[in-house]
Amino acid sequence: MTTATTPVRTAARPSAPAPGRRAKRSGLGKRLELALLLGPALLVFVGFVLVPIGIAAFYSLFEWNGFGPLDDFIGLDNYADAFKGGVFQGAIVHNLIIAGLSIVVQLPLSIGLAMLLNRKLRGRAVLRALVFAPYVLSEAITAVIWVLMLQPNGFADQVLKGAGLGGLVHQWLADPGIVLYTLFAVITWKYVGFGIILLLAGLQGVPAELREAAALDGASAWQITRHVVLPLLGPTIRIWIFLSVIGSLQLFDIVWIMTTGGPANASTTMATYLVDHGFKRYEFGFGSAVAVILFVICFVFALLYQRFALRRDTQGALTRMVG
Amino acid sequence: MFAKHRIPVLAALAAVVPLALSACSGGTEAPAQPSGPVTLTWWHNGTTDPIKSIWEKVVADYHQAHPDVTIKAQPLQNEDFPTKVPLALQGAEPPDVYQSWGAGDLASQITSGKVADITEFTKPWITQTTGKFGENWQVDGKQYGVPFEQHFVGFWYRKDLFQQAGITTPPKTMDELNTAVTQLKAKNIAPIAVGGKDRWPDAFYYNYFAIRECSIDVLKQSVKAVKLEDPCWTKAGQDLKNFLATQPFQTGFAGTPAQQGAGSSAGLVANGKAAMELQGDWEPGTMSSLTEDKQLDSKVGWFPFPSVAGGQGDPAAVLGGGDGFACTTRASKACADFLQYLGTEPVQTQLAAQGAGLPVNTVAAKSLKTDTLRAVYDYGTKAPYLQMYFDRAFPTAVGAALNDAVANMFAGQGTPEGIVTAVNQAAAGNK
Repeated sequence: MTTATTPVRTAARPSAPAPGRRAKRSGLGKRLELALLLGPALLVFVGFVLVPIGIAAFYSLFEWNGFGPLDDFIGLDNYADAFKGGVFQGAIVHNLIIAGLSIVVQLPLSIGLAMLLNRKLRGRAVLRALVFAPYVLSEAITAVIWVLMLQPNGFADQVLKGAGLGGLVHQWLADPGIVLYTLFAVITWKYVGFGIILLLAGLQGVPAELREAAALDGASAWQITRHVVLPLLGPTIRIWIFLSVIGSLQLFDIVWIMTTGGPANASTTMATYLVDHGFKRYEFGFGSAVAVILFVICFVFALLYQRFALRRDTQGALTRMVG
Repeated sequence: MFAKHRIPVLAALAAVVPLALSACSGGTEAPAQPSGPVTLTWWHNGTTDPIKSIWEKVVADYHQAHPDVTIKAQPLQNEDFPTKVPLALQGAEPPDVYQSWGAGDLASQITSGKVADITEFTKPWITQTTGKFGENWQVDGKQYGVPFEQHFVGFWYRKDLFQQAGITTPPKTMDELNTAVTQLKAKNIAPIAVGGKDRWPDAFYYNYFAIRECSIDVLKQSVKAVKLEDPCWTKAGQDLKNFLATQPFQTGFAGTPAQQGAGSSAGLVANGKAAMELQGDWEPGTMSSLTEDKQLDSKVGWFPFPSVAGGQGDPAAVLGGGDGFACTTRASKACADFLQYLGTEPVQTQLAAQGAGLPVNTVAAKSLKTDTLRAVYDYGTKAPYLQMYFDRAFPTAVGAALNDAVANMFAGQGTPEGIVTAVNQAAAGNK
């Protein structure tokens, strides 16, 4: 094929004098093509992502209730206020707890279940569908379902009592001491299916020959898992951690609907704090400052993570520059 | 049912930076009144019946009587208003008529320069239609909106459960209320339900203790100055603390929503799982939607918040608020005329008769659905003083800080002094 097409192309452009110049010209064409194809997306990105971030950063320098003219410039006071306030500090801690718990609890759980579901067992398709089902529900619906199940003497308590575990019954959403962990359990219920699907896809990429070879060399099932499967799952796990931490930092819907950050701010997250102050209290300047802080935290994490954790995975994945 | 129906479901957090509003700022030039046919865009929160149908009929009737005025009604979820109104007032084309709860919120919105001063247009009729109640839609003596319904807060209770516990007459003093709580507990009945998750029901208790502890003068002066200085405010917090110590509420009240589902505080009373709830006049409507019980109306009674021994406040003063509409500047004359129509007898009678709320126009009160509602109406309108819910009376940020501080105390954290400090700090602009 190649041998047939090359002469045709040369024939179509008889004026192309040297390979070097031809490459340059087609490079220019490629650039034009890129600009044409990328342009609209870039415009949308600038207009709906970069500009709003800039505007929010601008608003955050003012004391502003969202209505009047922007005339009360206060510099970085909003940022100082945010970090001075115990509630916002608490919110950051809550986000970090959720992120940490995700890695410590959700990840092993997802890996374990994924490996289980990767085996040949009866009803595997049904099990997979069941595990994945919660992920398909919207966060709002998940939250409403769980509010109803977790209310005092609700479904969760009845199940515990029925199983003879009545002593475990708690005020799941009303006790400041445990509300954050209740929310984490709901988040886990919803997102573990997503982790499993991701990891199942990763497991498909682990060649059966490698396991067989290890088994022939006398490796135990645990050794195979530890030294063959897990390392090959690495890229998937690293992506999962990335998504999970970003998700934990931006946590909003489930918390807002189930507790609105209460009781006594025990489950406030950065995002609920932002909406509470920005929209419910008309503190738009301050809310913008909180939004910028949240953005910077996520952005810095994303950059560092790309740089240090994902570098190996993305190496060679980027197309080299044309021309 | 409407003023306080503020379940903040699904606030839009589309991205990390949701606060980026359009960059245009409000111009202050007064637009000329358009002559000829006018179209009024009307944002109301009547998304469910009965009020939905009433407003539909109002639109049709009004257009028939005023062919040159077209009303484009746009029902919005109640919880959309806090986000949509600021955005609209900041934008180029705000609605002409929008739902307003008066007082602090309205005062914040006026700084946009887009809310119309309708003093001149409403002067001839507002007192006659709404009595003194319309003053809650005034800012600095100028009329910016007109109410169509008023609300009063008090205790709704189950007559059957009171009887079971041997309580013969509704409590009149705090001591009697405490006794009733003890009697109900002895019968294993949750005495009082409260929707602590939503915070504002918690605040009703502090509001009322303050109304009983502080003289009317102190209340007026404190709201005006947005500063709690008189010791009565701390005393109210102490009263609340003492009351909480008697553990009068249902298990897990800090996580209970007020109006969602059978497990909400309204649902608990509606289904006979709790004996009382401190709520507004909208409560029978909310409760009946959460129970199968067709006889509910005959099972519930109402009594005012008890008197507090030694308090400086008037024991008959009442806590409440109302629903109204404000006008923006494009067509304020036509808008004011429309608001006048909402206060007239035919509309007000429909609102009362169909159980949508308590009318502002006294002639419609006789059409109220039940004797209990008529009693609530009489009590509220004859009260020597109406204190608007503090979260509405104060600027929005201050009101939210108050509700938060009270909710913290309900959750077992915070002190009486802490509530006062939280309000004063929020008023000083601290977050």
